[in-house]
Amino acid sequence: MPDEPLFEKSFNISGGDFVNAGEVASKVKKILQDLGVSNKVIRRATIAIYEAEMNVVWYARQGTLTLSVTPELLHIKVTDEGNGIEDIELAMREGYSTASEEIREKGFGAGMGLPNIKKNSDEFYIASVVGQGTVLDITILRQ
Amino acid sequence: MTLQEIKEILSAQVIVAPQDFQMNIKMACGCDLMSDVLAFTKEESLLLTGLTNLQVVRTAEMANVKALVFVRGKEPDRETIALAMAKNMPILLTDLPMYEACGRLYRHGLPGCSETEEGSCS
Repeated sequence: MPDEPLFEKSFNISGGDFVNAGEVASKVKKILQDLGVSNKVIRRATIAIYEAEMNVVWYARQGTLTLSVTPELLHIKVTDEGNGIEDIELAMREGYSTASEEIREKGFGAGMGLPNIKKNSDEFYIASVVGQGTVLDITILRQ
Repeated sequence: MTLQEIKEILSAQVIVAPQDFQMNIKMACGCDLMSDVLAFTKEESLLLTGLTNLQVVRTAEMANVKALVFVRGKEPDRETIALAMAKNMPILLTDLPMYEACGRLYRHGLPGCSETEEGSCS
């Protein structure tokens, strides 16, 4: 079966852990390099994963990122337990942000995160329940 | 333009040394918003920024930025330096403000990201 994963791994993301924020994206970048994925695809994937990871760190209590790699594509699923998103359509709009001053001081919260994840994905799906959490489903083709 | 030339043009001090000061830098961007760096910066750019925290190094790593210049003389903390060393991310520090640092490099012929084709690996 062509879509059978040749690599799959899950990573925990701790909400509020600003020191290690980005560590998951960094690990994934290394894994993709070791798997021989092209640089262009790695850059798209790591940017999408880094933005998603930062969203969990800023807005959720904890989250899990699962990476699956097949010969054709990368599949990344990010689920979190957190505040959720009230209006997904609004959150997908470039420049819209609910970020705190602390987040903005660190150079984020410009309202580019979710649009940037979508931009770097070939398929992007988001679902959220307020008070429970958010699920992102990202597919990036390797061709 | 080499990193050595950039260092001289900006009268910069070296916080994290590159493996090779002769490394070629094709383009640069000046930005304090890390999400904008992730969204608009091309691979193998130089990033000039007034932010000096851990996320700048992480962002540079993810966006395949070649080297960082911290402007306005703002020194990074030890954690940021340690992470940059671990990631082989060179850091220069200049007392110049953002506009003047960017302006000097541009005047010496270093183009911006929107004017330059991405590297061959992109």
